[in-house]
Amino acid sequence: MSGNNPRRAFIAAAGAGVAGLGFTAIAPGLHLMAVASEANAANAATETRKAGTAASPAVRWGLLIDANKCAPGCTKCIDACHTENGVSEQLPDPRQNSQWIRKIELVDKRNGRVTQLPMMCQHCANPPCVDVCPTGASMKRADGIVLVDRHTCIGCRYCMMACPYKARSFVHAPLTEQNPEVPRGQGCVESCTLCVHRVDKGQQPACVESCPAGAMTFGDLNDPASEIAKRIASVPTSQVRADLRLNPGVRYQGI
Amino acid sequence: MKLLRILFTSLAALVAVLPAPTLAGEGGRTAKPVIEIANPGKCVAPAEEMRRNHMDMLKHQRDRTLRQGIRGEPASLNACIECHASKTSGSVLGGKENFCQSCHSYAAVKLDCWDCHQPKAGFKAAGVRP
Amino acid sequence: MATLNPRHEEGFFYLLAGIGGLVSAIGFAAALYMEHSGHVVTGMNNQIVWGLPHVIAIFLIIAASGVLNVASMGSVFGRVLYKPRAPLSGLLAIAMLSGGLFVIMLDLGRADRLMVAATHFNPTSVFGWNVILYPVFYALVGVYLWTMMERRMNPFSKAAGLATFIWRVVLTSGTGSIFAFLVARQAYGTALLAPMFIIMSFSWGLAVFLVVQTTMYAWNNLQLPALILKRMKNLLATFVAAVLYFTIMLHLVNAYFAKNIAFEYFILFDSEFASMFWVGQILVGTLLPLALLFSPGSRDKVLWVNVAALLVILGAYYQLYVFIIGGQAFPLEIFPGYDVKSSFMDGAVDHYSASLPEILLAVGGLAIAFTMTTIGVRILHFLPQDDLAELEAAASITD
Repeated sequence: MSGNNPRRAFIAAAGAGVAGLGFTAIAPGLHLMAVASEANAANAATETRKAGTAASPAVRWGLLIDANKCAPGCTKCIDACHTENGVSEQLPDPRQNSQWIRKIELVDKRNGRVTQLPMMCQHCANPPCVDVCPTGASMKRADGIVLVDRHTCIGCRYCMMACPYKARSFVHAPLTEQNPEVPRGQGCVESCTLCVHRVDKGQQPACVESCPAGAMTFGDLNDPASEIAKRIASVPTSQVRADLRLNPGVRYQGI
Repeated sequence: MKLLRILFTSLAALVAVLPAPTLAGEGGRTAKPVIEIANPGKCVAPAEEMRRNHMDMLKHQRDRTLRQGIRGEPASLNACIECHASKTSGSVLGGKENFCQSCHSYAAVKLDCWDCHQPKAGFKAAGVRP
Repeated sequence: MATLNPRHEEGFFYLLAGIGGLVSAIGFAAALYMEHSGHVVTGMNNQIVWGLPHVIAIFLIIAASGVLNVASMGSVFGRVLYKPRAPLSGLLAIAMLSGGLFVIMLDLGRADRLMVAATHFNPTSVFGWNVILYPVFYALVGVYLWTMMERRMNPFSKAAGLATFIWRVVLTSGTGSIFAFLVARQAYGTALLAPMFIIMSFSWGLAVFLVVQTTMYAWNNLQLPALILKRMKNLLATFVAAVLYFTIMLHLVNAYFAKNIAFEYFILFDSEFASMFWVGQILVGTLLPLALLFSPGSRDKVLWVNVAALLVILGAYYQLYVFIIGGQAFPLEIFPGYDVKSSFMDGAVDHYSASLPEILLAVGGLAIAFTMTTIGVRILHFLPQDDLAELEAAASITD
């Protein structure tokens, strides 16, 4: 779980120290899950993963977004995402609506240059939302997809305080219009799942598929032969808030 | 967890036993589940086992699917719905005869699944951008 | 206060306990309503995710550990004056922590899953640490109270007091760390917050203690000895000044960092929070109490010392409001150097106003603390019994 992240390993050790003062019995359960997923690591990931096999840590799913191709006024990716994931609530206060993906317009303060880009969960390798979650509901899958386990999310919103990308939404009202493959509900925090239900079937995320300009590329960052890895190796790309060293799985071009 | 379940079961048994004297001989007043089986046929396990263990099967499956990404397991909530949704309402919830609600209201066990999961078979959300 | 006749006194107690219980129940009902309808009925949203309930809850939790300081002064640092005050301080600590946890737990999106919080532990989460810190605090304070109130357990009182003192320092560090361990927002993410929260707890806890103590003395037609008043108000003034020092350092260093200048300007000068900071926190919560505690006309009057303590509590509310709500109202700086616009409040300042249900929930937490204190001081022996001769002897040595 924390092998490749010295920062988290350190905090975990400190936390385990606190736990050791009386509650050690609870902590081990957490590690069992990590061990179990490592046991399945041998199953190499192809585009379509076989039934019964676990997501592989050899894979790191990522997105490359070319902001130069992102057209002003176009909201295709947002519509596609919210249709795919059944995000449709219209609350009286729009600030309480969930937004898994949003269009951001950037205006350079020095020269007025305008840039458009879609923003969503950046699927960090070292996600602060996972660090802060008291129950472990906020989690990172072996293949790098950051998810919320709504079965254990208690709705404390600490992850929303911790996310530097404002990627998460809290479901403020009861829902009935969920898509069967995308469960979501009142009182839990949620965010972009990288369309995990599609990715597991060998499909691309809905936003990627919908972009008329082909501004988004999805693929395995760890596979040197993948298109995304080749592009990242050949053109200058950037990570948002790279200063935080969170190593996001979503990369941008043209910002 | 097992301990908790034993505790709750014995509590439930106690509650069930307590009002028994007043209801003796009035069996008609005790509501029995009226399950409507939309698609009679083979389940992933015998009915006896399903009745007793479906919650455990679903719980372990949900953790494996969500946390490890294992797909295509026999126990799956969506698969339950596909078979057991009512032919008339298309849902496992709604009324006394609907599959999940029927037993759960009889056993007085709160259904937590449907706060997040879609209870209707083949449902397709419209999806409007906020 | 005029002498209460015993029958009226008893009626008055039931009235107070009844009002406290009723307000607590209304708070609980408000939480059920929020749980049923969702947080759509609150003023909180996806930008300001923690609102008034968290301001009140965090005040209660900080003050709860701070009020225990009175006991620690007696048992750990051997100050004779504070020893008879230790039981009351323990009771207040438990009452206020209960009120705070009541609010914070019932505000959860899935308050029904409290068991999940208790059975799933994430060692990297400061919230996770707090899930352990609170129950152990309860247990330690409970044992400490027992060692003080049960004569046969008295010999263990000092050890229990020391353990409780250490734990309360850890607990308040844990509360401060909730904000210290956040990389995302400009308002938080500094190690200073842990010690700052401890000093805040000293100040606010002592202020609460002074007010409760005065009320109890007045209820029993007693007068707080002048020596005790003098000592406690001097201590309060020291703590208030220390909080001011931390506040100045926090903002001064932040304002030097170019990346934080916009935020500092926002919180100190250009927002609804600026007036709360300058008037609420600095003037009403700091300077006015300091003036009252030091001015020759007011410093030895029970009334004015208590007014000062109440002002400190009011200032605490503003301080936390500015810190928690103001810190979230300022937009996240995701793209430094750009003007940012989106449908999700990127680059935009948010405005928060608490709705009735969340106000009722927050007030419910205060009512829980009030009710537990009222009933506690009634059924058990918590009124400080001072041995004045011993005190004066001690004073002549240390003064």
